Amino acid sequence: MMGRMDSPLNRSKARLAVIAALVLLALILLPSFIGVYQTQLLTYGLIAAIAALGFNLLLGYTGLLSFGHSAFFGIGAYSVAFLARYLGIHSMELYILLGLPVSALLSALFGYICVRHTRIFFGILTLALSQVLYSLAYKLFWVTGGSDGLRVPQPTLLGGLFSFTGKDAFVRFVDGYYYYVLAVFAICVVVMWVIVHSPFGKALQAIRDNEVRAAFLGISIRRFRWIAFLISGTFTSLAGILWVPLNGLTTPEVLYWPFSGEIVFTALLGGFRNFTGPIVGGIVFTYLKTYAVATTEYWQLLLGTVLVLLVLLLPTGLVGGLSGLMRKFNAKEKR
Amino acid sequence: MTALLKTVNLRKHFGDTRACDDLNFVVNRGEFLSLVGSNGAGKTSLVNLISAHLTPDSGQILFEDKDITNATVSERIKAGIARSFQIVNLFDGLSVFDNVALSIFSRDGKTVKIASLADHDEDVRRETFEVLGQFGLRDKSELLAGGLAQGERKLLDVAVAYALRPKLLFLDEPTSGVSSGEKAQIMDTVSSVVRAGMVTAVIIEHDMDVVFRYSDRIVMMHEGRFLADGSPDEIKLNKDVANILLGVPLSS
Repeated sequence: MMGRMDSPLNRSKARLAVIAALVLLALILLPSFIGVYQTQLLTYGLIAAIAALGFNLLLGYTGLLSFGHSAFFGIGAYSVAFLARYLGIHSMELYILLGLPVSALLSALFGYICVRHTRIFFGILTLALSQVLYSLAYKLFWVTGGSDGLRVPQPTLLGGLFSFTGKDAFVRFVDGYYYYVLAVFAICVVVMWVIVHSPFGKALQAIRDNEVRAAFLGISIRRFRWIAFLISGTFTSLAGILWVPLNGLTTPEVLYWPFSGEIVFTALLGGFRNFTGPIVGGIVFTYLKTYAVATTEYWQLLLGTVLVLLVLLLPTGLVGGLSGLMRKFNAKEKR
Repeated sequence: MTALLKTVNLRKHFGDTRACDDLNFVVNRGEFLSLVGSNGAGKTSLVNLISAHLTPDSGQILFEDKDITNATVSERIKAGIARSFQIVNLFDGLSVFDNVALSIFSRDGKTVKIASLADHDEDVRRETFEVLGQFGLRDKSELLAGGLAQGERKLLDVAVAYALRPKLLFLDEPTSGVSSGEKAQIMDTVSSVVRAGMVTAVIIEHDMDVVFRYSDRIVMMHEGRFLADGSPDEIKLNKDVANILLGVPLSS
């Protein structure tokens, strides 16, 4: 029998670890070569990747398409805004520590309602619930600031070790915050990787592939979907928590359904049937949208065209397409 | 022989169609039983009722003398009842290894583990390879289940159910949709694994050559009722069975 260390599985894991380490190293070094604006953009990209990672636990691994993930991003964003505005908290760690339980609680509640259904009914329920939150954020203006939203000043990082005031505060914040987000992103990637490769993650994929058979293995379908929903919502909320300090403001737009559409777009763009797809999708979408907005006033038309082409020509997304090409190339090499 | 499973006046009607009409079905411990009959005879409905895929209109299901009529699918699996399906039901996006491993994780209550890697569980890994080896699928362990040939898919379907280590295993047409050459191979493998594991098995099968060759006992169903019950030799001599198999209407 092949030794455990030499097995193809372990070789593939070792290769993956080397690639991940190289990508992380590149991301650490990158700000030294790019300007503040590009660093800021990349931070937004990493945040979008965290949101997409969470979203894809439902779509790619559980087979549930949510059209309401803006709700969780918004819950995270507004949690931070409320903590800053009403409790005077300006610590990033406290935003995360206090914001995450709130997000998890609401994700659990929404999940309890939504996972009782699947397919279009699930999608519509998630959409409807996100629209309820959008309406509340819009109408309860004396609490939420209405359409003006709520401003969030730059918080301190690492328990007050880094604070950003005075000259060049924003530039220093962007530089420091990039590494903060990068660290959280790396942790999120590892945590999600473990989840999807755990027995629980395998059970989710079984439910995705064949719900009836999974039930006949004794897997509690609804309970597993609910836990997946809870994790997915909490991940996306964490992205919302990280996003607000960088944006400096949250408005009801982050709760609105087109924002949910953007999260779906990121997963499709990178490819939702592989682990790295949503990560690549999140980063590429951030650049795509930013440059589309800067280039033309018809940027929605441009993004729509990209989406149509993607579905028609590259249904497995950028990563899926690239993997397919590499498989073909490797097969040719072997011949 | 002691009874492992009994149904008492088990009934399931779909409108005017009597899928199971007050059936008193007995499966004895350790036997390899074939449930035969023409399409619509009620074989799959009976298995669906016993495995909780359907709810009976009336009657009782007793497993090891315990009433499981109202038990959930999970409770019946825990009690020791597993099944495979007429149309292959696999997790096509998972590897062959993961399909079987998932059965073992579920059986051992390990599917809730979220913070450890599935392939780091040495016990499950060893048992999965053992089961795959028994079903001749060890070399295919890293392939996606969706990429297997039909005969291999049929075997994997049974292996997934077998990995639950049931006391009673229902196999719904384990050789349907495969070539006649593959049928014998599949049945040789299935029957030897099941008998070696001392698992009681009930198969639904249309191919009478397969039925006569592998069964200890045969039960014939017709229009929701039992028409005959006996050893392969007894069933071969049963006129009603021959008529049904030849498509001749019954005299009574």
